[in-house]
Amino acid sequence: MAVAARSIHGTRRLKLQVFRTVVFVAAAVFFLVPIGAMVEFSTRGNSGQRTLEYWKEILAYPDMVQAIVASLELAAITSVVMLVLLVPTMVWVRLKLPRLSRIVEFVCLLPLTIPAIVLVVGLFPMYIWLGTNVSDSILTLALAYVVLVLPYCYRALDAGLGGIDVKTLSEAARSLGANWLDVMWRIIVPNISNAILNATLLSVALVLGEYTIANNLLYNNLQVELVHLGRANAGVSIAVAVASLLFAFVLLVVLAFIGARPRRMHRDPVAMLASPAVSSQK
Amino acid sequence: MIAAGNPAVATNVGRPLAGGRRFSLDWIGVVPFLAYAGLFLLLPSTIIALGAFVNADGAFTLENYQHLSRSYVVKSTVDTTVISAVTAVAGAILGALLSYAIVMGSPNGVLRRLVVSASGVLAQFGGVTLAFAFIASIGPAGFVYLFAQAHGFDYYTHGIWLFERTGLGLVYLYFQIPLMVLVFLPALDGIKPQWREATESLGGNTWHYWRHVAGPLLFPAFLGATLLLFANAFSAYATANALINQGQPMLSQQIGGALSSEVGAFEPGFAKAIAVEMIVIVTLVTVLYSLLQRRTSRWL
Repeated sequence: MAVAARSIHGTRRLKLQVFRTVVFVAAAVFFLVPIGAMVEFSTRGNSGQRTLEYWKEILAYPDMVQAIVASLELAAITSVVMLVLLVPTMVWVRLKLPRLSRIVEFVCLLPLTIPAIVLVVGLFPMYIWLGTNVSDSILTLALAYVVLVLPYCYRALDAGLGGIDVKTLSEAARSLGANWLDVMWRIIVPNISNAILNATLLSVALVLGEYTIANNLLYNNLQVELVHLGRANAGVSIAVAVASLLFAFVLLVVLAFIGARPRRMHRDPVAMLASPAVSSQK
Repeated sequence: MIAAGNPAVATNVGRPLAGGRRFSLDWIGVVPFLAYAGLFLLLPSTIIALGAFVNADGAFTLENYQHLSRSYVVKSTVDTTVISAVTAVAGAILGALLSYAIVMGSPNGVLRRLVVSASGVLAQFGGVTLAFAFIASIGPAGFVYLFAQAHGFDYYTHGIWLFERTGLGLVYLYFQIPLMVLVFLPALDGIKPQWREATESLGGNTWHYWRHVAGPLLFPAFLGATLLLFANAFSAYATANALINQGQPMLSQQIGGALSSEVGAFEPGFAKAIAVEMIVIVTLVTVLYSLLQRRTSRWL
């Protein structure tokens, strides 16, 4: 009897092992082949040899270089505006207006339910106005991007603030004579530096991958230029795409590494990118 | 920024709550944030909602909504719904299998961390890059195709389906499966091994366990995740636009088309009507998702 039971468990374990192996191998093939193929494609020479010709050619396309620079600038501006807007507000709400916390959360998570392609329809007339009355620089896109990154950054910062006792810390600092700027800059910010880094990396990754809004507002950011160039020179375009993907990947690995250090994070920070979000990138 | 110029706030600190509360100006602290959200989130939404009822001359009209019955809009609504539904169901099933394979391993194992981190990246994989990745692999010049062709298996004999709806569905799976893993993994983690042991001690076999215990418990989570995947595919734009540049089969591309003057008529009012259609569908699906999520959390 016992022997029979053990052998049933044995077969089940074997079946499970086979199942897991098959699933993981299939997943690895499906997910890794396309990425590997981009590397292969971008290093393909005319007569079958490997070459970095396409990679070197990137610099020969001034539009592409300009678009890369613009996207990096947008990433920087978006991150700064997001932090300046979000961090003080979230701290303030925790300290003084706990009843508003649900409203702030709702507003921050709202962009998840509005697809980027829908948002851009409403932004369209606003950007026409901005373009004629204020500035038609591509950097104005950062204003819209802040909204786009809001949900992800909110979650990252919320996890960070949840891990410290904001109220006690700030009251202690205030009673020792610190003003509010000191409290923010020298007490809160150092204590949630991980969360701030998380939020920044997330917004950089999101801005570098953004296509929908830029394309429909007729601005040439990195992704829009990738598509343009893809029609003229697929090799160079794919080289830039691999580079940007690897860059985003490095950012997110750094992020996962930070998250792995136990700083009372409630959530896997990488998982914040997707769940339970309708993402804006596709 | 918030503290400066707000003396009422400063005097509030350290005092009992009752004192000075009546004249509190604390709410000023959230004004910058709410103003920003109002300007770049609520104003665009209002522009869409109201603009859909306005014609080119600024007068009230229902014309924009009537245009939704144009044959190509109906067709792309149907096509988008079908592609979203198919990739949601396929992505949910394949993603659930992958999640199950992960859960059966060590909870803190390297494999699990690797798959979860990779899923986080891949679920957000920029749409344009994703389209390129598939063109570079199974496209007409990709090495997979060249290899298959050299070995007598030409999968494009009936046309290059990668640049059609079939291909688009396949590419969508690339972000649908990882999203499913991220959403479904917590539910699977909630399944306790004791339940299986209880089933066995009551004489049940594997089939009984899945049919009467794990299945019913996981079903709401599975259904909810499928809905989320549907909404995700439904609102996708970049992948479709980078992969298919003729015909604009997806509803999101129709919005882009109505906004740009390249294709023909520039119809901002019509774009808003499609946007409303889209948001109604996505909101409906998302509400259902959160209802199911609530039901799931009762048990798992």
